[in-house]
Amino acid sequence: MATEFQLNGQAITVDIDGDTPLLWALRDDLDQTGTKYGCGIGMCGACTVLVNGRATRSCITPVESVANATVTTIEGLDPDGEHPLQKAWVQTQTPQCGYCQSGQIMQAAAMLKDFPDPTDEQINSVMAGNLCRCMAYVRIREAIKLAAREMNGAGADNASVAGGATNE
Amino acid sequence: MSRSDNLMLANVSRRGLLKGLAGGSALMLAARWDLGLANEKAQFGAGAMPGGWVDNPNVFINIGSDGLVTIVNNRAEMGQGIRTSLVMVAADELGADWDQVRVQQADANQEKYGNQNTDGSRSMRHWYDPMRRAAAAARLMLEQAAADEWDVPVHEVRAEVHKVVHPATGREAGFGELAKAARELDVPGRDALVLKSDSELRFIGKESGLINGELKSAHPKAIDGEDIVSGKAIFGADIDLEDTLYAVVARPPVYGAKVKSVDDSDALKVSGVKKVIRIEGTGQPAAFSPLGGVAVVATNTWAAMEGRRALKIDWDNGPAGDNASYTTEAYRQSLEKAAQSPGKVVRQKGDAEAALKEADQRVSATYYMPHMAQSPMEPPVAVVRIRGGKAEAWAPVQNPRATREGIAGLLEMDLENVTVHQTLLGGGFGRKSKPDFVTEAAHVAKEFEGQPIKLQWSREDDIQHAYFHAVSVDHLEAGLDADGKATSWRHRTLSPSIASLFAPDPKHKGEFELGMGFNTMPFSIPAIRLENPPAPAHVRIGWFRSVYNLPHAWAIQSFAHEMSVAAGKDHRDYVLDLLGSDREVHNLTVGDGWNYGEDPDLYPIDVARMRRVIERATEEAGWGRETGKGRGLGLAFHHSFVSYTAIVFDVEVDDDGELTIHRADIAFDCGPQANPERIRSQIEGACVMGIGIALQSEVTFKDGVAQQDNFDSYLIPRMPDAPEVVRVHLIDNPDDAMGGVGEPGLPPVAPALCNAIHAATGKRIRRLPVGDQLRG
Repeated sequence: MATEFQLNGQAITVDIDGDTPLLWALRDDLDQTGTKYGCGIGMCGACTVLVNGRATRSCITPVESVANATVTTIEGLDPDGEHPLQKAWVQTQTPQCGYCQSGQIMQAAAMLKDFPDPTDEQINSVMAGNLCRCMAYVRIREAIKLAAREMNGAGADNASVAGGATNE
Repeated sequence: MSRSDNLMLANVSRRGLLKGLAGGSALMLAARWDLGLANEKAQFGAGAMPGGWVDNPNVFINIGSDGLVTIVNNRAEMGQGIRTSLVMVAADELGADWDQVRVQQADANQEKYGNQNTDGSRSMRHWYDPMRRAAAAARLMLEQAAADEWDVPVHEVRAEVHKVVHPATGREAGFGELAKAARELDVPGRDALVLKSDSELRFIGKESGLINGELKSAHPKAIDGEDIVSGKAIFGADIDLEDTLYAVVARPPVYGAKVKSVDDSDALKVSGVKKVIRIEGTGQPAAFSPLGGVAVVATNTWAAMEGRRALKIDWDNGPAGDNASYTTEAYRQSLEKAAQSPGKVVRQKGDAEAALKEADQRVSATYYMPHMAQSPMEPPVAVVRIRGGKAEAWAPVQNPRATREGIAGLLEMDLENVTVHQTLLGGGFGRKSKPDFVTEAAHVAKEFEGQPIKLQWSREDDIQHAYFHAVSVDHLEAGLDADGKATSWRHRTLSPSIASLFAPDPKHKGEFELGMGFNTMPFSIPAIRLENPPAPAHVRIGWFRSVYNLPHAWAIQSFAHEMSVAAGKDHRDYVLDLLGSDREVHNLTVGDGWNYGEDPDLYPIDVARMRRVIERATEEAGWGRETGKGRGLGLAFHHSFVSYTAIVFDVEVDDDGELTIHRADIAFDCGPQANPERIRSQIEGACVMGIGIALQSEVTFKDGVAQQDNFDSYLIPRMPDAPEVVRVHLIDNPDDAMGGVGEPGLPPVAPALCNAIHAATGKRIRRLPVGDQLRG
C-alpha cells in the first residue's frame, strides 16, 4: 500500500504494508538511518522523530498513520546540522557511543517549543522517555540548557559564560 | 613487529623508567627495545595480548599531498571515545593540525594492526606508547624529507604544526608537500625517536569540554561528534547495501534447548517473507557460537519480525538438561546455603577461624547481586555477504579477530577469505565481545550467495539471550576486638564462571575472575581467609562492564561500612585504618596471578593511591558535615583495571521511601591522563550506570527462561534517576603507569549508594536491586 507524506521537506511515497512502523519505513525503505531502533515498544526513544512538529516514537507509529503528515528526522532538523541543540551537543561533547542521540535531540527539539527555558525538572520529565545506556544524562541536561540559552538570544558564546564557563 | 616490550635495565627501576607517560626519551625507547628483546621474563601488557602491538607509522598514518592526515584506529569505538583519544595522541606527537586529521577504522587484521580485542579497559594503556612512537617516526620522516629537499642536516629542521621549518633560512614546507618524499624513506629505528616533551604537547593531558558543569573549549572536537548529532554516523544497522535481505531469528528460550519441530506455513504467508531457515546450535558450552533456532528472512526488518511472530516452534528442552528448571530465586537460596559451608581456599593469612572465635564482636552479612543484561542501546546486528568463496561482514564488534574466526570456522574458509569491517558500536559493555550474532548472520547468508543479509536482534532477543552478568552471593564475616578494630576477615564468594562458556562448567571462579577485587582486597587485617565454594552456570555467563569487580566491590565495600557501624566509628576513618600503612601490594602475595595482565612491578596495588582517592572524594563531598534527617553521605572505593576510584553520594530518602540523589563526588586515579575529557565522560556515565545496578537492573529466570524482555521490565536508569550533580575529580598523577578508564568507575557505585541510603535511613541493603525495599 502506498503512503504519501512529507519527509524533511520533500514529498515522498513509500509502497509497503500500511501497518509497518514508520521506523522501518525510514530505515529500510527510505535509507534514512539516522533514526534508530532501540526497543520497538516506545520505551527508549531512540526512534524519536517529529510528526507535524510533535515528538513521536516511530517504532510504534504505523506508516499509514502519517499519510499526508510532515515528518522530520534528525537528518532534516537543520540543513547544515547546526541546530542549537546539535551545536550544544558537540560543544559539551555529550555523545558517548551516540546511538541514542538522534532520538534525544529530536525529543529535546520538541520540548524546547513547549518549554523555551526549561527547568531541570521539566527536562527530567520530558526526557525521561529517552534512554541512554552510556548514561550521558548529566551532559544531555546541560546541553539542552545551553541550546535553550542560545535560542533565547544569548548567543553561543554568551550562553557559555552564562553557564559559568571558563575560556581557553 | 615484536610482541615483546619487556624491559630490564640494570640500575634503573623498571617502574621508574616506564611509569612516566610523557617522559619519553631516546633513552627510554632504546632501553625498552634494544635491551628488552633479550629479556626472557614473562610477558605483560600489550606485548602479552594476541597480536601484540605495532608501531609502524606506515600502518597507522597516511598523509596525502593535500595535507590531509589519516590515522588508522585499530580499536572498537563504543562510546569510550577511543577514535578521538588515540587519534589525538598520534596527531599531537606528529604535530598535525586537528582540522586536517581524519580517522580510518581498521578492518579485522591482527597481523597488521596488532591486538584489536577491545575489552579490559586496555585500549589507551596498551596503545598510547605505540601510537606516539608511530607518530614520532612519521614526524622524523617528514623532517628528513624536508632536510633532503633543502640539503641541510636533519637536526637543523623541526616540525611545527602541520609543517616543517628550517629556522636558519626561514624555509618551510607543509606536511602535504613533504608526504610523497617522506613515504619513500625507511622507517627510522626506535632508538632514533625522540618523543615530545610535556611542554610541547597541545592535546594530550589537556582538559576540554564540560568540566563539572563548566564549559571549556571543545578542542580538539570529538571525531564523530558532528556525524552523531546529524544522524550520519554509521553504526552496525546503518550499513546499507544493494539488494539487502533482512533476517531475525527465533532462539531457544532455554540455554541448550533445540528445535524439535517448526511449522512455518503462516510465517511464509507474511507479506515480504522470503524464506525460513533452521540454524543448528552448537549446544553447550556455547562459546561465541549461535544458540541455534529458526531464522526468518524477508524484504525488510518488520516483515521478518512479523514472520517470526507467525512461526510455531516446538522446542526440545532435553539437551538443555537442568537449565530448563533454572529459577533464580531458588538458585539464590541454594548459593546462600552453600555460602554457610567452607569452599575452595584461594587466599589465607593467619588463622581466621580461630580469630573469629576469639573476637569480641562478630559481624556477618550476605550480599546478593542478580543477573543483568548489558543491553547496549544498539542491539546486536550484523550484515554479512558471501560470494565466490569469500565472506564480508560489517558489524559492531568489540573483538574483530574472534568475529573473523567465527565466520571462517562456520564456512570452513581460510581467515584470508573473511573480511570484517568494523562499524561504530552503539554501546558494547561486553555484549559485543561475543560475535555470536555475526556468525548467526553468516549462517543465513550462506543460503543467499551474493546477497547481503542484515540480521537484526530485537530488544527482546538482546535481553533474553544476553551473555548474562553472573549472579552472585557473597558471605562475609569479620571479628572485631574491643576497640572495634578488625582482627579477622572471612569472605566466601559464589558465582558461576565465565569459563563455563568455553569448557565443561568448572563451577569455580577462575584466576582472572577472583583477581577482580576478591583476593586483591587490600585491607590490612591479621587473619584473612578467602574461599570460593562452587556455583554452576545455567545460562550463558559473560563479561559485563567491570565484570566480577561488581559483586566483589558491592560486598566488600558494603561490609566494610557494616564493620564501621558495628565498631561505632566514622566510615572513612575506619576504612583508612583497614587499609593500613601506605604500601605496594604485589598481586602474587595475595594469591592473584593475573593483575589484569599487567606487570606487577609497574602496577602493584598501591595503598597510598587508594587512600588518596578516598581522601579526595570525601573532602570534595564535605564528609562529616551535618546532613539532617533523612539525608546522608555514603562512601565506597575500589581498585580495578589498574586504576583507583572512590565515590561519595549525598542522598535523601523521604518518608515514602522516595530516593533523591543530590550529588556524587568521584575521585579517580588512572595515572597519566591522555584525554581527560573522555575520562570524565566515562566516569560520569559509570556513575549513573552503577545507580541502575543498585536500584533497578535485574534479570530473573523461571524454568530456564528470562522473565524480562524489554525496557518496560528490564529497568535501566532514565534521566530523572541521574544525580542532580556529578563531580569528577581527576587525580593529577603523571608519574605512575597508565591505568584503565572504561570500567573502573563502575564497581564502587552501588555500595556507595547503599551505604548512603544506610546513612540516611538506617536501612541496610544486602540484596540488589534496591527496587521497592525503601518503601514501607
